[in-house]
Amino acid sequence: MTMNKNAKLLENLEWQGVSRRTFLKYCATLASLMALPPSAGRAMAEALAQAKRPSVIWLPFQECTGCTESITRSHSPSIEGMIFDMISLDYQETLMAAAGHQAEEALHKAMQDNMGKYVLIIDGSVATGLDGAYSCIAGRTNLEALREAAQGAAAIIALGSCAAYGGIPKAKPNPTGAVAVSDIIKDKPIVNIPGCPPIPVVITGVLAHYLTFGSLPELDKLGRPKAFYGETIHDRCYRRPFYDQGKFAKSFDDEGARKGWCLFELGCKGPVTYNACASVKWNGGASWPVEAGHGCLGCSEPDFWDAGGFYKALSMPADPLKMTAGAALAGAVAGVAITVANRAKKGAAKAAHETTTLADLEK
Amino acid sequence: MNEMQFLTWVRGPGLDIALSLFVLGVLWRLIEIYSLGRKKDLSAPRHKPGASGWHTIARRSVPPEGMFKTSPVSYVGGYVFHIGLAIIIFLFIPHIKLIESLVGVSWPGLPSQVVDLVTVVTLAAMIVLLADRIMKPTKRYLSGFQDWFTWTLTFLPVLTGWLAVQHLLLPYTTMLALHILTAELLLVFIPFTKLFHAFTVFGSRWFNGAVNGHKGVPV
Amino acid sequence: MSASLEKGVRVLKEVIDAPIASYFSSCVHCGLCAEACLFYTETGDPKYTPIHKLEPLRRVYEQEYTLLGRVAKWLHISKPITDAELAEWQELVYNSCTLCGRCSVVCPVGNDIVYMVRKLREGMSASGNAPEGIKGAANRTVTIGSPMGVRLPAVKAQMKHVEEDYGIPIPLDVEGAEYMVMLSSMEIINFPEYLGAIAKIMRQAGKTWTLCSTAFEATNAGMQIGNSDLAKVIVSRIVEGAERLKVKTVISPECGHAYTALRWEGANLVGRPFTFQVKHIIEVLGEFQEQGLLKTEGMETDRLTFHDPCQLARRGGVIQQQRSLMKMIAKDFVEMPDAGFMNWCCGGGGGASAIEEGEELRLEAFKRKKAQLEAVKPDRLVTACANCRIVLEEGLEHYQMDIPVIGLTETIAEHIPEKGA
Repeated sequence: MTMNKNAKLLENLEWQGVSRRTFLKYCATLASLMALPPSAGRAMAEALAQAKRPSVIWLPFQECTGCTESITRSHSPSIEGMIFDMISLDYQETLMAAAGHQAEEALHKAMQDNMGKYVLIIDGSVATGLDGAYSCIAGRTNLEALREAAQGAAAIIALGSCAAYGGIPKAKPNPTGAVAVSDIIKDKPIVNIPGCPPIPVVITGVLAHYLTFGSLPELDKLGRPKAFYGETIHDRCYRRPFYDQGKFAKSFDDEGARKGWCLFELGCKGPVTYNACASVKWNGGASWPVEAGHGCLGCSEPDFWDAGGFYKALSMPADPLKMTAGAALAGAVAGVAITVANRAKKGAAKAAHETTTLADLEK
Repeated sequence: MNEMQFLTWVRGPGLDIALSLFVLGVLWRLIEIYSLGRKKDLSAPRHKPGASGWHTIARRSVPPEGMFKTSPVSYVGGYVFHIGLAIIIFLFIPHIKLIESLVGVSWPGLPSQVVDLVTVVTLAAMIVLLADRIMKPTKRYLSGFQDWFTWTLTFLPVLTGWLAVQHLLLPYTTMLALHILTAELLLVFIPFTKLFHAFTVFGSRWFNGAVNGHKGVPV
Repeated sequence: MSASLEKGVRVLKEVIDAPIASYFSSCVHCGLCAEACLFYTETGDPKYTPIHKLEPLRRVYEQEYTLLGRVAKWLHISKPITDAELAEWQELVYNSCTLCGRCSVVCPVGNDIVYMVRKLREGMSASGNAPEGIKGAANRTVTIGSPMGVRLPAVKAQMKHVEEDYGIPIPLDVEGAEYMVMLSSMEIINFPEYLGAIAKIMRQAGKTWTLCSTAFEATNAGMQIGNSDLAKVIVSRIVEGAERLKVKTVISPECGHAYTALRWEGANLVGRPFTFQVKHIIEVLGEFQEQGLLKTEGMETDRLTFHDPCQLARRGGVIQQQRSLMKMIAKDFVEMPDAGFMNWCCGGGGGASAIEEGEELRLEAFKRKKAQLEAVKPDRLVTACANCRIVLEEGLEHYQMDIPVIGLTETIAEHIPEKGA
């Protein structure tokens, strides 16, 4: 934001010490991650280099800033950070220098100047309880701000599990009435980039795709880019062979854990979690949760917080059984009741027995 | 309801409801059946009846002399499908984890590829048995709604479980939730359909063995 | 609901017990019992599947003794048993079931199907749905004392003949004899050689024995028709006779169902354990053979095979004795396929042979026995049940097979040296 807005991207990058070669490589990587043909890397590089930087407005709602942390502090030198050079990030509370009225003015100016063209990034869920009063910025509820900002947006990126699905604020009992962006906005293209936080390259990949092709990447039915959310953690997990062989760590400090066996029994949600962690990894490819020895929490799935406990195997009951003991009792009572009734009936039949005579053999 | 909510429901309240109805039904039916009692046999036994009832429980798992060749499909299909089901239910590790979390007992499982193969064979056996039920005059004659219904109830959890593991047709989460849901439906209906033979088969074989053991006939 | 139907249902309610409940709850409609039933295997008609023959009993069980069935009945959504239905089932419960019990030993879930048929017959007979033929037999047994109308004078005449032919006195009403020998009217009329054989065997063994003037008839049409009250009347005569004469053992004759009626049902019918033992003549012969009290000479040289009466073998537990007895007197003894425990019924057991209208079906079912016989081609067929013998002879004649049928006891007796003992 300190840079000259009109300067060409490549010049800016060079100014930052990122060579053209590095940039091309980055574009090729992005293209391959998004399962685009090899030629798309070059196209992407050219498009990005030429792109007039589109205005991006980033609104934070009920969030923890983890998503912002993820993208800004991913690793250094910040190759993902380059994306900020490709866009004109006109409003981002955490990153912008402006505050108070100045910030509000910047927001409204950006919205007016780029009406119908800007990309709206939302992180955090939208509080709807008490008409949205749980979360306000500049005296206005997130709900109002979202509706207003969405009107002029070309596309919306719901960043992080909160914006995408309601996330932790929506966890039971959801006191603020938190909902996802897509629950409020129905008439704009929305791409969900879930994760708590999401993988940085997924965010930049989606932006790069938008900048290059002017459209959102192909989405699955939960609104996620298929390229990154097409497979489960489990399917791409390097520990998968242990699952197939039936080798499981039973505790976090047993022999199996030391040998790097599958963490399914320790509650890993990899089998039901669609994300790219296992292939892209985190912190510049350094590691990722399962590699670090902890099961996947399933943070990029809707309602992961209420999905039955992080340390319970998926095949285990999500909640403690509440009714079974009562049901056993009810079953026994029903059994005894019918026994009494049956005995009475059989007794009555016996009591009514009339010794059969030969005459009785006829009707 | 999204997929994860669906899955969490079937793993949570759904499981609670299904297991409760299952336990309720099993106890109720077992008491209902066996409380009818039977008269003491006053005739002198040929020799001490001993464990003839228990012997029959085991012996009746083997086809009696000459029977195998009369209905090879029923026997082979029956064996494959029952043993297959037992392997799938009791030796697939996620199932063992479920049982462990419910009753606290655990045992080693089989590699998932083995269970996978067993599942395919079990599904095939069930389809063959269904075809046999349709084609064979006696079986078709005896069959009513319950026979088709219970076949479906048994087939679906095996099929959805396999589809889930193989990532076919639907996303894993949805398929897993469907698998658990169909297994729960199966549980609920066990006490109230012919599937209850899973419990009463032991009592029936025991009675038969005891009555005939009294006469000195090892049935 | 007619009074008779009401009575039938009430009787069924009395007899339904835990085994029946367990059996109906276990049936998976696998149809294997059909393969064990000669009425199915020889006709291919699925209505003869044994478990299907129990439909009325199953419905009464469900409607009367299960919670869901009771609710369904209360809501009038289940089909009540009708008289017409029971009448329709008569053919399935009597004509096409000989109580042979093969189905009970093949059922994979362990259902004792014949146990249930026996119980269903209680309701069938009480509701007036038993076949005329067995009703007649029951009538004669209760009123005259024997299903074929044989009275004591006829027995005495028979005794006299035998005494003349064999030169051995036939004891009657001897108190304190070790054995009380029972007869079946079939033997009194058709196979008098049985009584002579007994006389020879007992003389050789040196055992005391007697006939009983108040209880010579062993057969029990009350049990065949499936009515415990009538069966009790008939069996009580034997119990009283045996107790009056203070015998140790009552010998059931070469008759299958008489053995079941006396040996296994008797004590339950009279409601107390017997004070005497009950043995089939083949068991007694087996004991004599084992103890060296039975000595024979000479061997039959033609090819013989043995037809196991169902009630003796599969339903009675006497399987080995007849085989060692056969080997004692036959050089060329061959076993039919499925012989012994899994033997096929002659087709006329359980009262079926008394049902006139069932004859055609019976002959159809006889094809099974025919096939068994064709597999070993015997010169003569030995058995140990007078009813089997009659039914076998009828079947063999129908299919023009020239195989004489003989009784095992008389065949053994023929080999007892004249001046033995």
